[in-house]
Amino acid sequence: MTAADRPVMIEAEGLTRRYGDAVVVDHLSLRVRAGELVVLLGGSGSGKTTTLKMINRLIEPTAGLVSLDGVDTADLPPHELRRRIGYVFQRIGLFPHMTVGENVAVTPVLLGWAPERIAARVDELLALVELDPEMRERHPQELSGGQQQRVGVARALASEPRVMLLDEPFGALDPVTRERLQQSFLRIRAALDLTTVFVTHDMTEALTLADRIGVMHDGRLLQVGTPSDLLTRPADRYVRRLMDTPRRQAAVIDALAGAATAEAGA
Amino acid sequence: MSELLALLPGYLTAHLQLTLLALLLSIGVSVPLGIAATRLVWLEQPSLALAGVIQTVPSLALLAVMVPVLAALDLQSIGFLPAIVGLTLYGVLPVLRNTVIGIRGVDPALTEAARGVGMTPRQQLLMVELPLAMPVVVGGVRTATVWVVGIATLSTPVGATSLGNYIFSGLQTRNYASVIVGCIAAAGLAMLLDGLVRAIEVGLARRRRGRLVAALAAVVLLYGYAGATLAAPLLGDRERPIVIGTKSFTEQYVLGAVITGWIEHETSRPTSLLQSLGSLVAFDALDAGEIDVYVDYTGTLWANEMGRGDVRAGRAETLRGVREFLEVDHGMTLAATLGFENTYALAVRAADAERLDLRTIGDLVPHAPRLAIGADVEFFARPEWPAVRDTYGLDFREQRAMDASLMYQAAATNEVDVISAYTTDGRIAAYDLRVLEDDRGAIPPYDAILLAGARLAREAPDVLDALARLGGAIDADRMRALNLRVDERGEDPGTVGASLVRELAGRAPAAHRNAPPTRPGAP
Repeated sequence: MTAADRPVMIEAEGLTRRYGDAVVVDHLSLRVRAGELVVLLGGSGSGKTTTLKMINRLIEPTAGLVSLDGVDTADLPPHELRRRIGYVFQRIGLFPHMTVGENVAVTPVLLGWAPERIAARVDELLALVELDPEMRERHPQELSGGQQQRVGVARALASEPRVMLLDEPFGALDPVTRERLQQSFLRIRAALDLTTVFVTHDMTEALTLADRIGVMHDGRLLQVGTPSDLLTRPADRYVRRLMDTPRRQAAVIDALAGAATAEAGA
Repeated sequence: MSELLALLPGYLTAHLQLTLLALLLSIGVSVPLGIAATRLVWLEQPSLALAGVIQTVPSLALLAVMVPVLAALDLQSIGFLPAIVGLTLYGVLPVLRNTVIGIRGVDPALTEAARGVGMTPRQQLLMVELPLAMPVVVGGVRTATVWVVGIATLSTPVGATSLGNYIFSGLQTRNYASVIVGCIAAAGLAMLLDGLVRAIEVGLARRRRGRLVAALAAVVLLYGYAGATLAAPLLGDRERPIVIGTKSFTEQYVLGAVITGWIEHETSRPTSLLQSLGSLVAFDALDAGEIDVYVDYTGTLWANEMGRGDVRAGRAETLRGVREFLEVDHGMTLAATLGFENTYALAVRAADAERLDLRTIGDLVPHAPRLAIGADVEFFARPEWPAVRDTYGLDFREQRAMDASLMYQAAATNEVDVISAYTTDGRIAAYDLRVLEDDRGAIPPYDAILLAGARLAREAPDVLDALARLGGAIDADRMRALNLRVDERGEDPGTVGASLVRELAGRAPAAHRNAPPTRPGAP
């Protein structure tokens, strides 16, 4: 079964958020099919994080609607909706007064799972995000940034959600750690068949992870398409310029590398 | 010293009960209010402002104000309750402020994460905001603890026993050892409780579970002790003792001991002594049944309780009026007149009396514009002062209000020239002062009388009989001598009072004495 045959999991229609006169997200419509990973790409202030937060109602839309697996999210109590959706925060947001294990277990505890089931789930999740099981008794402050975000991902996955929302989750990490976490995440989402919306401003990250990319600018979704669509058929000048950035950077790197080779050869 | 230390367990226990209960109530009020203030924007400023205003009321006044407030609400207005209410109000501000600051200080990324993982607002508060705010809240509790332990020493004048009993009676009887014992004990208690709360704070902040558990266990033990000692008198159906009240000056302490010893000797009934009541609190306490007996003075009741401005009524007329007021209006019994008058009198240094040939108050008039008068805080506000001033036409250079215990010394050291002495005060002789005669009768009579509450007439007529046998038993010279033993020789008022009881009991066996209960004593 190809992605195109699968049912729509997340559907946003005419989604709008205003603060006073400022329109932060402007009539955004987007469909994400089950198992698909859509990256929302854009600069700061483009409305991508606001869009993400309207999906699980951390921010209430001014207009428009979001449905999840065919159910209008406005019909669910917000806390119940959020327990069904994994959310990974840009600033990680681990609770400093809880251990790693308690942080991971927080949503299952809210859902009232039995303690044995929670304990088993925590072990399973720590293994999934490639953390030492001994970490479960530590406190978040004792972990490196990369380890903390692995815990953040484990916490988001704890209640076995089918949908994941990630808000620039690896933005604050060094490039090597970031790449390692990206690869881990790709493996996890394939294994769990997660429907994912992933927000980033990093072109390379978008190209690495996305099934489809939605480019946002000034609150509007300019174009949605596969990475190759966007590279070959940009819908407007902004998208083209954005898509050119990795090439320009690659050219700079090639030039530097070439100069270095020439020096070494001399 | 050993007499002082013997009082320590009782005072310390009472102080602990007041402090711990008031703190518990403060926390119980402030934390929910603080939480509400972080949820309801309109509540924050008014609640913090109100708590701040309460804080600016002088603590002694705040406690004293509780007496009429509670009386108006028909609640226990003397003793434990007014002290608890006042102390609780005092403890509110630091805890409230820190609760608001603590919750507001939680990183918004964490509250958003709490929502993101699916917490309801209530779960967010209980699982994330409160635990994270806790170290700040506990910091506020520490501040409140130190304040409340200190201010609880001011519970004594509203009738609640505390370590302040050492301080108030010590200051009045110039027993500085007593003052120091009270201060050290209060400071020690403050340090102990602060240390415990600090251990909880550190235990929370650094997640030292052992320290946290030990400190919490100690707190629970202290609360258990305070609760058990508080509940014990309520549970046991022991006969309520006869409660003797005293105001806060030497003569009252001595007489408190005399009455206590006398009742025990004559009736073998259990007694308890509630010392250092505020001057106006004592009458209310008797009226409300919080105490059963105390000594007051006819002129005081005439002016303060009966509101009579005509201070120049004669002695017999005053006594008759007071008796009618007590027995008819309040259902009390005037059990005896003790046999002496403790009246206000103007006194000067003997040397000045000699030099200026001062014998009567009238002799002061030409010299008054060069002289300063010192009096206790109450005197200038009482009707006696304008009566004396206007009868004789006195116009002093300066008038200074001071604590009664410092007045005599102030005269002796030339700080002031004339004081409003009490005629039975031993320090008149000790500081070589001379009392000026009130030849125009401006100052009303102040016969010392024993007031008994309605309960004694109902339940303990034998006590009333025993009190009646004290009628005329103490004349002014004897009272002055007893006061002097305390004020100048530093004897304990309890010891001095007990010695008089032994003397009275030895002079005539109780069963055979039958003095008329209300015979006015010879001055």
